[in-house]
Amino acid sequence: MDLLLIAQLGVIGLTFFMLINASAILVLAERKIMGFMQQRYGPYLVGPHGMLQPFADIIKLLMKEELRPKGADKWLFTLAPMLSITAAFAAFATVPWGAETTLFGLLDEPVKLGVSDVNVGILVVFAITSMGVYGIVLAGWASNSKYSLFGGLRASAQMISYELSYATSLAAVILLAGSLSLREVVDGQSGVWLGFIPSWYIFLQPVGFIIYMIAGVAETNRAPFDFPEAEQELVAGYNTEYSSVRFALFPQAEYINMTTMAAVATDLYLGGWHGPFLPPEYGWIWFLLKVGAILFTYIWVRWTVPRYRYDQLMRFGWKWLFPASVINLIVTAALVLYFNA
Amino acid sequence: MAELRTETMTVNMGPQHPSTHGVLRLVLELDGELIQSATPTIGYLHTGIEKTAEQKKWQQVIPLVERMDYLGAQSNSLAYALCVEKLLGLEMPQRVKDIRVLIAELQRLSSHLIWLGTHSMEIGAVSMLFYAIRERELLLNINELLAGFRFFPSYIRIGGLREALPRGFHDTVNAFLDRFPTKLDEYEGLLTKNDIFLRRTEGVGVVSEEQALAWGLVGPIARAAGSDYDVRKYFPYSSYETYDFNVPTATEGDVFARYRVRMQEMRESLKICRQAIDRIAPFGEWACDDTRVVPPPKDKVYTEMEALIQHFLIYSQGFTVPAGDAYVPIEGPRGEHGTYVVSDGTNRPWRVKMRAPSFMAIQALPSLVKGGLIADVVAVIGSNDVVMGDCDR
Repeated sequence: MDLLLIAQLGVIGLTFFMLINASAILVLAERKIMGFMQQRYGPYLVGPHGMLQPFADIIKLLMKEELRPKGADKWLFTLAPMLSITAAFAAFATVPWGAETTLFGLLDEPVKLGVSDVNVGILVVFAITSMGVYGIVLAGWASNSKYSLFGGLRASAQMISYELSYATSLAAVILLAGSLSLREVVDGQSGVWLGFIPSWYIFLQPVGFIIYMIAGVAETNRAPFDFPEAEQELVAGYNTEYSSVRFALFPQAEYINMTTMAAVATDLYLGGWHGPFLPPEYGWIWFLLKVGAILFTYIWVRWTVPRYRYDQLMRFGWKWLFPASVINLIVTAALVLYFNA
Repeated sequence: MAELRTETMTVNMGPQHPSTHGVLRLVLELDGELIQSATPTIGYLHTGIEKTAEQKKWQQVIPLVERMDYLGAQSNSLAYALCVEKLLGLEMPQRVKDIRVLIAELQRLSSHLIWLGTHSMEIGAVSMLFYAIRERELLLNINELLAGFRFFPSYIRIGGLREALPRGFHDTVNAFLDRFPTKLDEYEGLLTKNDIFLRRTEGVGVVSEEQALAWGLVGPIARAAGSDYDVRKYFPYSSYETYDFNVPTATEGDVFARYRVRMQEMRESLKICRQAIDRIAPFGEWACDDTRVVPPPKDKVYTEMEALIQHFLIYSQGFTVPAGDAYVPIEGPRGEHGTYVVSDGTNRPWRVKMRAPSFMAIQALPSLVKGGLIADVVAVIGSNDVVMGDCDR
């Protein structure tokens, strides 16, 4: 085995490990930020300033009894959370998170930071995140509970209406970059304009970025679009009947999906690991900072605004977001044609 | 192709559901997410307080009635005390009346704060609950200062108040009154112009003025539909006629109109509180001088035979109330809060009956939510401000 392969395997393992950590850190971050916004401490007792709270949560969930309602579909009920979490992990497979590095001269050939570099990376991410909804729909269906069923139905309707604008806003970036590979899209954003504006696509695609962010919130079932679980309406929605580890997998999948969403947004619009002050080998620090900023925005929004109503979300998705993203795509295409010709 | 068979789905919303304000049970008949019909089932919080009251002496009923509408505790006891005082023919000194007005308005603020917090939380603005509770904490502190009890102070008694005002009462109340207006602006800044909040509340759960009055929804709900009926203006009690305040109204009759009316009511309550606290002298009478009802001061009990006997009688047998019946309505936080008391001339009430505004609000629920979505049910329950303890008693 050569050194490069070991390094590559190490990077893959690290990505997986970081994703698991991301969900734990996000649980804590969400509760801490929520507590800060609501003028309370949040978790405070486990570890210094409650920093070890995720471990307590995990231990508690592992020790809970696994319950399955009598009328539930045995196989689908177990399969649904696995499907959710698998899709969540797999979606990150083609997302690069750092420039090529030789690990400070340790390697002869540079290793790419990221699980794999596929030439249709964006499509892969998009295809796999769409799979995630099956977990929620099946969970809702298999639970044999009315609230769960409503949650599942809402999830499927919501995904269909948001996938379109989500994909269309991505297409505009693909037109700009001229590539479907996320790594090439990021490399297209290196350098600066006018000496100080970083040449990120967010400045060329502000509308697309906003649409992507809104659709991203809807895709990951976060407030104000958290209809599948809408606590005040559907008790807990699709995961009402779940407990123990099976239950834990759903929020974990949600947080990993959020991370993927933020990572893709960083790669596509915020210049990935490109940034001032840091040498390219340390670009991953920029990447982490940008992802963190987007995730913070997600949490901030969740605890600030009320929830839309289900039919209003559909109307908003089809009547505003989708037309806006189509117009954005057409304008981008026209401009790209004009400037390239 | 043959016609597809469709059927409605029955969903049991409550009694264990996050947004049914305790233990309300709604049986919803759903077509997709559209409400075909809703049937409220009440009684899960039945405590038999009205019946228990018949076994208690007149004064002992006060803590009981405070536990009915647990968010508007002192409005209940005020209504009951006024009713019994009407039977006894007692007239309170002006200072006692002013203190009662102040307490009732602070109670209205505290109840509206819980309404605001839970209502907006159910619409999805979870953080609002914590902001509302933050200010309510100060009101509970005032209760604690008054009586050593935060939820059910039982400070209002038949014949006046329980004891003299505590030291520092004026400062504490004034501190709250100075702080609260800016906080109200904060709440409104978060919700009143919020696009999502408007979409969720405008045109939802509409009730017309005639319907509201026919359902007996007098109070904020009818005022949001165009009525200007407020007991404080129409049948003033406890010298409300001497206070300067407006009755906020709206005409739309939807959830948002109710929100606006209640927010406005809080500002009017603040106005009344300011006038009341300025009128109340730090020291003075805290009860009427009727020796039948009010125990004599301790120094007299230890020195005078008459006073000692009176003291013993009040604490052992209580007092008797002339036979007869009386109904006194007051403007509680949730609407007209009436007390009907029948006395047979003994030292215990023969019957105590409360007209609970929450009961009316739940009665009207099915017609308000019909044709809406599940999310609207939650918004309407919140905006009707039902308290199950009040409804089930």
